[in-house]
Amino acid sequence: MSRPLLTLSGLSKSFGGLQAVSDVAFDVQERQIKALIGPNGAGKTTIFNLLTGVLHPDAGSATFGGHELIGLPPHRVACLGISRTFQTSLLFDQMTVLENVMVGHHLSGRSNMLTAALRIFGASAEEREYREVAMAALERAGLADLAGRPAAELPIGQRRLVEVARALAAEPKLLLMDEPAAGLNMRETDAIAELIQEIRSRGITVLLVEHDMSLVMSISDEILVLDGGRRLAEGLPKEIRTDERVLAAYLGEEADD
Amino acid sequence: MAAVEERQAPREPANEAEAMAHRRRMQKVQLGVFLIIVAVLPLVLQAMRPNDYRYYLHILVFIGLNLILATGLNLLMGYAGQVSLGHAAFYGLGAYTSGILTARYGWNPWAAMLAALVLTCFVAWLVGKPALRLKGHYLAMATLGVGIIVAVVIRQWTSLTGGSAGLLQIPSMTLFGFEFKSNMDTHYYYFVWAFVMLLTIIFANLVQSRPGRALRALHDSELAAQTLGVDTAGFKVRAFVVSAAYASIAGTLYAHSSMRFLSPTPFDFHTSIALLVMVVLGGQGTLWGPVVGAVTITFINETLRPYTNYDIVVYGLLLMILMIVMPGGLARGLAALWNWLLDRFSRSSQGEQQ
Repeated sequence: MSRPLLTLSGLSKSFGGLQAVSDVAFDVQERQIKALIGPNGAGKTTIFNLLTGVLHPDAGSATFGGHELIGLPPHRVACLGISRTFQTSLLFDQMTVLENVMVGHHLSGRSNMLTAALRIFGASAEEREYREVAMAALERAGLADLAGRPAAELPIGQRRLVEVARALAAEPKLLLMDEPAAGLNMRETDAIAELIQEIRSRGITVLLVEHDMSLVMSISDEILVLDGGRRLAEGLPKEIRTDERVLAAYLGEEADD
Repeated sequence: MAAVEERQAPREPANEAEAMAHRRRMQKVQLGVFLIIVAVLPLVLQAMRPNDYRYYLHILVFIGLNLILATGLNLLMGYAGQVSLGHAAFYGLGAYTSGILTARYGWNPWAAMLAALVLTCFVAWLVGKPALRLKGHYLAMATLGVGIIVAVVIRQWTSLTGGSAGLLQIPSMTLFGFEFKSNMDTHYYYFVWAFVMLLTIIFANLVQSRPGRALRALHDSELAAQTLGVDTAGFKVRAFVVSAAYASIAGTLYAHSSMRFLSPTPFDFHTSIALLVMVVLGGQGTLWGPVVGAVTITFINETLRPYTNYDIVVYGLLLMILMIVMPGGLARGLAALWNWLLDRFSRSSQGEQQ
């Protein structure tokens, strides 16, 4: 087996008296789609926040391609090649859809305050280039018609797609997706499932948190089940589906479907 | 008003990319129109009001200075989402550094301008670096302090600044051997407004660029901006330094204006508040907001001059009324009103045809 892209070990975080994440360890292999599942409050989003430098763990480590993530501020984590989407689609609402995606190109851009202000040293050319690249990305995502619209005007399904397009513009190695299907109807959920698989086929590793079990079961290579901040089980979708501990803790009501 | 703002001008772009390119071209047209107005205004004034000409020109120079100040503050408030309550301090630092170096030490005004710029940027960086690391409005508190300190230093360090008696005999600006003498206001008007145009274009370039987008992004969602690799604290500091640099340039231009004399009053807390009102009144985060704000507030200031300290009451009232009626500022409000009128007009003319 190849070396894992992301390795978590002994990760713990408590908020006051609440142990949100407790001694969690797992690997994510390159080009894998891995899902984190578990009941509400299981610590899934907290793990995302710990990985991306938004929160600092009480203990533990996380290495990504040989780099320690713990202790880095969020923008440094992004520099290493980790992008993220949020449960409630955090778009830049005052900006247009195109500008949102262009912010995604921030890391590959070179222009600074001075060169941008005076339009020197290729700042204009860079601006044109990223405008075109971002437009092309929107065309691929079927969002070209919305390019000039303020992001605040979009319905939730399109907000999700714009957020994914923006995250991909940063050219990440690993994409963390927090409930990509939340609030979407069945048709939109199918589109997201297809999109996630397409993202993986581009060589990007995906780690997702998701409640929609049919989505998780159909696209994940591996599933990690969390309960009360602890690792409950880990394995292939078919193993998780039949794992008794998981069924007892979490899938009980889902199994009736 | 809210209903007016929600109504969009009727427009069905065949191609979204083309529509956006059109909008960018429109901005160039607007800048061109602005340039023409600025260029011909003295000629018009001279023809129409020959008796008050110098007085109006004097006000126009001050509108220009206020516009530079407001544009810098707009970058900080409207784009980086931070507030400075002591921007007059940077204005004062620019003015007094220029004034002292030229009047007392015989520096060339341009070298003094550069020195003032470096000093002001350094002070802003020193204040902004720790204050902007923290979330929330710590910069507002820190700048409030800086504003008070600078005002006190200007008043009390009399051996250097001249204190309340003022700093006298500041030499004129020169450009390629041409001297902007105090009795030639028209020349200085063009000199100041050349800076205004240059700094407005720089501002327009900046906000539509990688760093400008980073600022607007962090204003909307700091977390999302960070996860895309934007060093949010760093960009806030840079925006603050640039806004202080704008104030410093305005200060230097003030020092060498027709009075060639500096006193502490224009650089105290009062001015900081007036600048704040200009930005909010005009419309934060818009290109034309500072123009509308600077023109309105400079005129109000002139009108209220006989009533000295009551202007702050008027600013307060203006802010309150505006926040209720046009929360987006005058520039946005007027644009919305214009679109609404166009809409009404085109509808009524359609009605007549039927």
